Amino acid sequence: MLTISDLQGSRSQRRAELVSRRLFQGAAITTVVISLLILFVLFRGAINFLNLVEWDLGLLSDNGWFPRRERFDLRTIIAGSIVMGSVAMLVATPFGLGVAIYLSEYASPRVRRVIKPVVEVLAGIPSVIVGYFVLRFVAPEFVTPIFNPATQNNMLAAGIGIGVLVIPIMASVSEDALAAVPNSLREASYGIGARKFDTVVSVVLPAAVSGLVAAFIIAISRAIGETMVATMAGGFDGAGLFEGWAPTNRGLTMTAAMTNAVGGTDQDVGGPSFEVLYFVGGLLFALTLTLNVIGNRVVNRVREKY
Amino acid sequence: MALTTPSDAGATAREVIAASLHRRDRDVRGIVLATLLLAATAATLVILVTLLTQVIGESAPYLADRGTEFLTTPIGSNPDQIGIWSGLYGSIGIGVIVIIVAIPMGIAAAIYLEEYADQGRRVTQLILVNIRNLAGVPAVIYGVLGFIIFVKWLDPITSGDTVIAAGLTMSVLVLPIVVITSMEAIRAVPQGLRDGGYGVGASRWEVVRDHVLPYAAPGILTGTVLSLARALGEAAPLIIVGAITGFLPETTLTEKFTAVPILIYRWSGQPQPPGSEFSFTAAAAGAGVVLLVLVLFFNASAIYLRNRFEKVRVGQ
Repeated sequence: MLTISDLQGSRSQRRAELVSRRLFQGAAITTVVISLLILFVLFRGAINFLNLVEWDLGLLSDNGWFPRRERFDLRTIIAGSIVMGSVAMLVATPFGLGVAIYLSEYASPRVRRVIKPVVEVLAGIPSVIVGYFVLRFVAPEFVTPIFNPATQNNMLAAGIGIGVLVIPIMASVSEDALAAVPNSLREASYGIGARKFDTVVSVVLPAAVSGLVAAFIIAISRAIGETMVATMAGGFDGAGLFEGWAPTNRGLTMTAAMTNAVGGTDQDVGGPSFEVLYFVGGLLFALTLTLNVIGNRVVNRVREKY
Repeated sequence: MALTTPSDAGATAREVIAASLHRRDRDVRGIVLATLLLAATAATLVILVTLLTQVIGESAPYLADRGTEFLTTPIGSNPDQIGIWSGLYGSIGIGVIVIIVAIPMGIAAAIYLEEYADQGRRVTQLILVNIRNLAGVPAVIYGVLGFIIFVKWLDPITSGDTVIAAGLTMSVLVLPIVVITSMEAIRAVPQGLRDGGYGVGASRWEVVRDHVLPYAAPGILTGTVLSLARALGEAAPLIIVGAITGFLPETTLTEKFTAVPILIYRWSGQPQPPGSEFSFTAAAAGAGVVLLVLVLFFNASAIYLRNRFEKVRVGQ
């Protein structure tokens, strides 16, 4: 007669089953631990920073970011992130969206097979190399002759570099959104005699709009989090005054303020000029997390609809 | 007369309808949009080509002069004599640690989430959302995490700001990418393959080991190769962890370290010292070429693997 124990498998089989499950589960839970550690490290460091600095009213609002002199004007670094992020999005949105619409609606399969890998190559270019490209080409050969800024390295040049880095993300998330639009919609449009232009503009794009918005939001989050180009080409070396909102001014992003907080203090780790790293990191984390959560929400909603 | 009139009217109507179906007016808006889209795509390609031309163009005379010596010499203060050996040492060390730590761990987490976890449970959903959010956390933040955990807390193991701490930091950075791409590869395994295994009495682990993993291997490999390329190219977390941006002649596991992207960062902004034939920026371009070759090689093999993988699946 067949019993339960016959169907259970051998003892070694059951032990392997249990051990593998625990091991894999441990790895999955580690990812949650990482998130908790990020929160803990940033929160503790930010509190520490706020306790270290001597508070007076001008501390966070007097013009300029001078960590050594304990002047932490948040407006300087937030404005820098906003200006460079905006320039980046002005570059990345038309190009990224253009590539996505072209690949999804216009390109023949053969053209697609060539262009898609090229965009992926662009996605793989390390940000330091784009930083070098901005310093050696974009700033002197493109921005300076056209806009004639006061300094060769400025927020416009850095923003363009960040935009180049963001194009592939913008393109790939937008293309996913366009690919999610069911073909029956396009066929129905052609069926009643609409032209390609009307099909793309009045049918496909409105149907994909929430996915395109998600692409835009995720791209903004990447642009704000991008570090090396802003550090290398933003024009300031770790400290500076707020020169105004014009992109041709020099500027400091939150990310550049973070690398500079560490870079200049090889010997003296500690003190407000170093601890501000966690405070700015916490701000950056909260900002990008909010954008990513909104972006992912919108993406999921599109997936459910079709 | 009475008989011909209707046929005349019919001919007129046919012409009117035919004319309205074949609109002669040029579709100006359509042409403009198509041209703009093509221009945007072409401009993106031009940007890529300009970037590659700039890097290769500036580095060519420098690399031709230096030869393989550029790869084997440590960094220094004279651009005519410096090399990237210290950086290569750090980058290779980081790559090895990522292969040892992040890749097995990421694949294990993906197996759990796809094969073991109950998808309907809240905890599973929480882990999935969490991984997606981790993938969007800026790289600098991982640097801060790595600095506290691997440089400060785990100092006895990593000896402070060393290649080991940097490699572990990069492992945490790429972990979500490994998990997400491995999950996609595992999800693409046909259910029938699993059912076949269970049907002959295999345990879950046996099905994973003998059926799921071999089938998903090319897809998983694609993801791991991409994550390796990412780990080699990132610079921001390394600066936070404490990579040396000045001069460092030594290459050991227990001393301060540097990496190729850090050298590019450092040299790109350095003025040309008097009396030297080449500038630091030429050296930066040279290091850029080395990094591009490494990263693009990994990326290209990932794209190739994925395309082959897709073809095999379509062919089924």
